[in-house]
Amino acid sequence: MSSKELDLRQMHDTEFPLPMEMQGNVAITSLSKIYNWSRRSSMWPMLFGLACCAIEMIGTASSRFDFSRFGMEVMRATPRQSDLMIVSGTVTKKMIVPIVRLYNQMPEPKYVMAMGACASGGGPFKEGYNVVSGIDKYLPVDVYVPGCPPTPQALLYGLIALQKKIDGQSLANLDDVPWYGVGPSEPTPIPILGPDIIDPRQMDLIRRQAELAAAGMPVGVRELPPVIKTVKAIPSKAAKAAVAEVIDEGEAQRREEIMRRRQAVLARKRARDAAKGA
Amino acid sequence: MVDYEVQAPPTTGSAQDAAAYLKAKFPGAVSDDTRPGFQGVIVEAGKLTEVAQAIRDELGYNYLSSATAVDYHGAGDHMEMVYHAYRISGGGALNFKVQTDREKPVIPSLVSLYPGADFQEREAYDLYGIHFSGHPNLKRILMWEGFEGHPMRKDWKEAYYEGEAKPFDSRWPSGWVHRAEEKNIYGSNVRYPADFDLSKLADRSDEAVYSSASIGVDYQRMTDPDDIRTDQLVVNMGPHHPSTHGVFRMVLKLDGETITGLEPVMGYLHRNHEKIGERNTYLHNIPFTDRLDYISSMGNNFGYVMAVEQLMALGARYTAPTYRSEVIRVLMAELTRIVNHLWSIGFFLNDIGAFFTPMLYANAEREKILDFFEATAGSRLMCNYMRFGGVFKDLPERIRSTANLMNDKIRDYNTMEFLSDMINERLPRFLEEYDRYLTGNEILLERTVGQGVLSAQDAIAMSCAGPLLRGSGVAYDVRRADPYSIYPELDFDIPVGKQGDLFDRYKVRMDEMHESLRILRQLLPRLEQTKGEDIMVGTKAYSPRIPQGEAYGRVENPKGELGFYVVSWGDAKGTQNPWRYHVRAPSFINLTALGPMSVGQKVADVVAILGSIDIVLGETDR
Repeated sequence: MSSKELDLRQMHDTEFPLPMEMQGNVAITSLSKIYNWSRRSSMWPMLFGLACCAIEMIGTASSRFDFSRFGMEVMRATPRQSDLMIVSGTVTKKMIVPIVRLYNQMPEPKYVMAMGACASGGGPFKEGYNVVSGIDKYLPVDVYVPGCPPTPQALLYGLIALQKKIDGQSLANLDDVPWYGVGPSEPTPIPILGPDIIDPRQMDLIRRQAELAAAGMPVGVRELPPVIKTVKAIPSKAAKAAVAEVIDEGEAQRREEIMRRRQAVLARKRARDAAKGA
Repeated sequence: MVDYEVQAPPTTGSAQDAAAYLKAKFPGAVSDDTRPGFQGVIVEAGKLTEVAQAIRDELGYNYLSSATAVDYHGAGDHMEMVYHAYRISGGGALNFKVQTDREKPVIPSLVSLYPGADFQEREAYDLYGIHFSGHPNLKRILMWEGFEGHPMRKDWKEAYYEGEAKPFDSRWPSGWVHRAEEKNIYGSNVRYPADFDLSKLADRSDEAVYSSASIGVDYQRMTDPDDIRTDQLVVNMGPHHPSTHGVFRMVLKLDGETITGLEPVMGYLHRNHEKIGERNTYLHNIPFTDRLDYISSMGNNFGYVMAVEQLMALGARYTAPTYRSEVIRVLMAELTRIVNHLWSIGFFLNDIGAFFTPMLYANAEREKILDFFEATAGSRLMCNYMRFGGVFKDLPERIRSTANLMNDKIRDYNTMEFLSDMINERLPRFLEEYDRYLTGNEILLERTVGQGVLSAQDAIAMSCAGPLLRGSGVAYDVRRADPYSIYPELDFDIPVGKQGDLFDRYKVRMDEMHESLRILRQLLPRLEQTKGEDIMVGTKAYSPRIPQGEAYGRVENPKGELGFYVVSWGDAKGTQNPWRYHVRAPSFINLTALGPMSVGQKVADVVAILGSIDIVLGETDR
């Protein structure tokens, strides 16, 4: 529950007008709105830190920044009681296995926040042999918070962004609330620590590659798409000529016209200022 | 060949005396390292145990600080194990090396002589594939069992490999870069061996843990549903556990509630600092050091720039950092110590049941120091502040925190007033308050006194460092034992414990904060006096050329002795990228003592014992 008291006027969500004297006491609202409001105001993150970002996450939870103001004070150490997984730090291949297990144990609705550069895309350690290039290779991410590490303010902004996302969800739309769909949702397959980390979803591809390798074909490297040719440095005169070629006649005239008008305005302003000064 | 005369072993002299003694005692097996810029002696692998015995027992080098491997692929084609041993009474290092073949690297293990070599040898086995004959538990430590290859070898290439050294050609001068995922067929950071047999695919990473020496569980039997045994219980704590201070895992073997075996499992945050560090230029590595012990980034910077400055000093055009920059460095290092100890004591109390309140108070104080860091270096946590030859920016005139909340006042202070207020008023008041409510607290005493005892002998043998070592009564502090920067002219004491229990470690940290404040008070007039002096000397080149050689720079970081072993090799004109960049991480080596301290204790105590070691996973796993 947010520390600010519930303002019923904000909850009011209908065309139906309320008499003046009842405003503040009564609100008529949609089920989606009240449902979203209660979820977004008690978003319990998992007490789960990976690396440097966890320090800033604790900083955000501490008294100075205090994210309990937004209904997030209850950090749960067990995934079974948490709504939000803040992936706060570098995800390594060794650690992705427990992370996916934890995610699968979280009850729905559940959200994932990628905090910091590493969780978003590998960050400064991306090239490392034990580093997963972002948690989104395995789990669906709702909010990315940039920074290395993000400041507490940035994390708070990310959490508020998540609340906004929840506000926009509708109970009438199963795409928004898939956990009310028919049947249980599929757990994310747990990666295997083989000779390198193995994503079970890529098993077919790995098998095909192994067959290629057995046939003596080169494997593992993808043909790159053709890249834009690097523009060589152009000497300044030639550059001007090249640019002039691009600008057509009409364009040049328009530019001149704009320039003339601007200068006229500027001249009037100067005259006015001079008169004032005198 | 010079004929040495065997004399009584020098137990106090310099490393040169010790080397001369060794050469006389083991003729033929010990020789000087004659490569330019290298120090120490090279020991023949077959004689290593005997020589190490003499080094420890006769010469008195009883503290093995660092043991690490270097792969000289394409530069002599041999593997090398480098040891740095110190006397616990103080003084410089005796650096001895063993060389071995790259194809079949075997080196005798030193665990029986220096138990502190345990994890470091396992790391060398994991990352370099060196076999240590006689090691009791030679298993992978940072990567998982079953991982293909030994990634720190020079000829091992990672999945996103682009070039041997930065800057990569694609980025500069071409100015074009592909996202690494686009090149990889799997679209992610993986690479499988060419002869990958999917039919034999099995996750064996846990089996190795459970069958390790200290747990000794028959994994097959444990997972067999027909054979249920009740006599022992194996409990996993972590990697996701609120009191393991990060992604650390302990496998406990329990008899009732008593611990009979403990196997630390790490590597869940192994993010390849050293491999990336070898591709980086020297300057690139400074922000990476921030992310080792991410609570005390300034201290990490200090150790690394000291190591590289040692190498630069081998060259002709070297000027030492100015006095002002040294003062600022020490200022930052000591503030970092306070930041770290506030944090670690807060969480230690959290672990023993003083739930969150002391931590929140400590953290509120810490934020004030972070404000100062932010105003000076531009970042709260990852300061990236020190450079070779100084620091990159002087202290600001005023501190205006842009990190204000809406309901907060605009903070605008004169920097020196802010510092002196913090050092003379706020922090002493806070420490006094903390002392009053906690240090004599009966619950705290009950939980900590006499628990998790580590004797002084064990602490030295296991290469423990920092408050863990000093809590056991060993007054060993790099700032005094092997002084650097301006510490010799500063007046401070080294707090030590008496019996080496949890309470002593807590008390040492509290006292160290008082001592840091004492140092800081001496720094303030020095800052005033040196106002306006240069803060940086020498070249500001993006990629300075570092002369060939090796250096081991170590500082007393809040968590213990942090060492950087940097080798510059491969180009006689000087190199732009380190050949080897190794971090002697105190959190990593201090964990050697976790098992011996915990056996016989209760489950609830192991949490407190881990908290009292004060690990940070960024540094443990690197």
